Amino acid sequence: MRFATLRTLGFYALVLVIVVQAVFPFYYAILTSLEDGQALFEVNYFPATLNLANYRAMLTEGVFGRQILNSVFVASVVVVISLALAVSAAFALSRIRFRGRGLLLLTILSVSMFPQIAVLSGLFEVIRAMGLFNSLWSLVFSYMIFTLPFTVWVLTTFMRNLPVEIEEAAIMDGASPVTIIRRVFLPLMWPAMVTTGLLAFIHAWNEFLFALTFLSTDSQRTVPVAIALISGRSEFEIPWGNIMAASVIVTLPLVALVLIFQRKIVSGLTAGAVKG
Amino acid sequence: MATVELHKVCKRFGSVEVLHDIDLALDRGEFIVFVGPSGCGKSTLLRLIAGLEDITSGELRIDGQPMNDVLPAKRGIAMVFQSYALYPHMSVYENMSFGLEQAKLSKAEIDRRVRAAATMLQIEELLDRKPKQLSGGQRQRVAIGRAITRDPRVFLFDEPLSNLDAALRVDTRLEIAALSKRLPDTTMIYVTHDQVEAMTLADRIVVLNAGHVEQVGTPMELYERPASLFVAGFIGSPRMNFLTGQLAAAEGAATYGIRPEHIALSETAGDWPGQVTLTEKLGSDTFVHVAADGIGAINVRVEGRCDIAPGTRVFLTPDAAAAHRFDAAGRPIVRAAP
Amino acid sequence: MSAPEGTSRLSRQRIRSAWLFLAPMLIVLFIVAAWPLGRTIWFSFTDASLDLMSEAEFIGFRNYLEWVDFGDGEGAWYGLLADQRWWRSVWNTVVFATVSVTFETIFGLIIALVLHQQFAGRGLVRAAVLIPWAIPTIVSAKMWAWMMHDQFGILNDMFMALGLIAEPVAWTASPDTAMIAVLIVDIWKTTPFMALLILAGLQMVPEDIYEAARLDGVPPWRVFRKLTLPLIMPAVLVAVVFRALDALRVFDIVYVLTPNTDATRTMSVYARENLFDFDQFAYGSAASTVLFLVIALITITFIMATRMDLEGKRQ
Repeated sequence: MRFATLRTLGFYALVLVIVVQAVFPFYYAILTSLEDGQALFEVNYFPATLNLANYRAMLTEGVFGRQILNSVFVASVVVVISLALAVSAAFALSRIRFRGRGLLLLTILSVSMFPQIAVLSGLFEVIRAMGLFNSLWSLVFSYMIFTLPFTVWVLTTFMRNLPVEIEEAAIMDGASPVTIIRRVFLPLMWPAMVTTGLLAFIHAWNEFLFALTFLSTDSQRTVPVAIALISGRSEFEIPWGNIMAASVIVTLPLVALVLIFQRKIVSGLTAGAVKG
Repeated sequence: MATVELHKVCKRFGSVEVLHDIDLALDRGEFIVFVGPSGCGKSTLLRLIAGLEDITSGELRIDGQPMNDVLPAKRGIAMVFQSYALYPHMSVYENMSFGLEQAKLSKAEIDRRVRAAATMLQIEELLDRKPKQLSGGQRQRVAIGRAITRDPRVFLFDEPLSNLDAALRVDTRLEIAALSKRLPDTTMIYVTHDQVEAMTLADRIVVLNAGHVEQVGTPMELYERPASLFVAGFIGSPRMNFLTGQLAAAEGAATYGIRPEHIALSETAGDWPGQVTLTEKLGSDTFVHVAADGIGAINVRVEGRCDIAPGTRVFLTPDAAAAHRFDAAGRPIVRAAP
Repeated sequence: MSAPEGTSRLSRQRIRSAWLFLAPMLIVLFIVAAWPLGRTIWFSFTDASLDLMSEAEFIGFRNYLEWVDFGDGEGAWYGLLADQRWWRSVWNTVVFATVSVTFETIFGLIIALVLHQQFAGRGLVRAAVLIPWAIPTIVSAKMWAWMMHDQFGILNDMFMALGLIAEPVAWTASPDTAMIAVLIVDIWKTTPFMALLILAGLQMVPEDIYEAARLDGVPPWRVFRKLTLPLIMPAVLVAVVFRALDALRVFDIVYVLTPNTDATRTMSVYARENLFDFDQFAYGSAASTVLFLVIALITITFIMATRMDLEGKRQ
């Protein structure tokens, strides 16, 4: 009896540790973002002040607002394009028997293992040749390297599990392959598309290496690079309050998305990784 | 006149040949049932006619025109799938109109046809529902309705009753029979592994076994004059008794076949003495399993109730006129005309 | 007339449309992945520089390894494979990958086991656990950089209050602790991903196995070791390989948290430095190529070893 109680207590203590370690850094970032001036340099565990000066500074001075829009634009366009390309490819890969299908899937999957750095110099040349250097389209284009293999893979797996007879009924009804995708499969695939779309969005929103390399002016940058490059005049003048405010602004929508679509994201992540 | 003709049709998947030289001619308005054990190729044959599978060699004609290279939707056929295959995100109305839309029919014509089919099947009040709000039987009707709207020359059914429970299966079977009466010009091809469905629905039955056509004929022809040991065993319930050995040899056959309903059972006298091992009481009938001396196990069907105890000595008398004799190759030995 | 297999109008239409549907995706992947990779490898054998890419000339393996004779009988090896800083970054990468994946697996397993239990508020706990994963890497790095600040950081404050350290530590700046700082942030950020994958593995173990074990009176620890662990091993292994591949190409965290120290420079950071900061485009390409080869080797071994079911053949 006493042993059982002890065990329950131990279990909940463990749960507490897990939750605190997961949440505390973000909590502390919010805390810091609400402090200004001298208050910043006193270690607090609980909110002492509620000062929105850092947020005001980030959103009204400088180009941070513009940079947020850049990120929203890039991530959204990446999602739309990669879903469009992936849905049609997934249909071919899951529903049509043709030679070399297995090898093709393998190749696509292996692209997702590419280290980004391995294509960086070649991609830099391509982007300069296309005249996209310092344009947001350079990111839209280059992000396909990680969103496409993943979305194609997950959507192919998902489509493969849709009943064959529904497609055959559509064939009997005289629907062309395009009509089958648009009228029959698309409406059935939205759960998988929401999942993969979200993951592609998060990935594009967070990407750093390409964004750092292919964009050169402040007003073109996306938020991760913007935050990484916020600096003061010297090492002792780094505006931590501003950095934390920016971090919170950038992260809150993601945390909200993740919490709302928890289940879908979990299923998408595991589908991408485990169903090998 | 034949609507559907198959000439030397073969189907191979890779190196495995699943259908060998199928020759068939189906008449307009006929109700044809393809029956056979699982894996016999009956569903593949249906899918070849539908156009969902390629014909490896041989020719398929519908109304005299070669169909091998015609798209499924252009063959003038409609199909009811085993799982119904309704589009889950479309309403019943949309499910029924989708194919007509693809055929570029006018809105008014589509509406007329959908409503006519809905009326015929009494599903008018379901038109706005989604498939998941329907019962199994209702889904089945919608699937049939979707096929009817296409006004097909040939109607294909792929084991349409196998997802229904037993009671509903009987009702739906009767409805399908009634439907085929209402569409006298439409040829129906119906695939099943259930010989009761085959016997009750078919004008003619095609018995398939291991990719071959074993026999084509009316239900009664199949029952009375099976063309092979396989058909004799497959058609009829309970199964025909097959006796080999001395008894068959005395009849000049390799196998002697006699149906359970063609054996008389008596406790006093008869041709074959034996001992009751088991009785199965169905109420309307009783199946009596008898170990006949020197012959083997024989199943006898007795009408009504029969409270005979296992272990009882009984005597069996076969109806010689209804007996079947088969040679070593399983072919029937034709009885000289009486 | 008989049609050979796969040549009816329906099959033809479908195979044609298959390639039509695949084409856009394949073209994009080619331009964005295959072609640049080929160019990177090509550059690594040339004297290309950032501004003179098109005029690059083939110079063989000189970016990788070259014996330079000083003319007086003396000489020295030059090139990537003779560069101490490169080998240091290889070592850093290996250390980073090994330690981070090990800890992420252990912590991920613990969290997965906790989340697999039935308890009040499990949904909330799972949501909380996901938060580090949802935070952009750069933001995580910045958040932790602030928490690890040598003067005003809360981590020093906490550790000193607990008596773990006697005086403030310059976590990110000191060469002794820089790698530890990077590891802490990465482990914190990526453990949730590991936990989710392992949890998925746990949920695939049928419940009745545990019930059978309970009927047999097997103690919990033995159940875990003899039943749970072997059954989730495939899922854990896949997760470990995925993470290891990811860890070997690590860039963001190191670049933002501890810029410019030998103590944490990884292969990716080394390559980018040479490509764009030191104007040694060809040399940086050589480093990228080596990193690619390492990862390709691991991936191919893994795919061969697990014989993944790519055709999706169902039994």
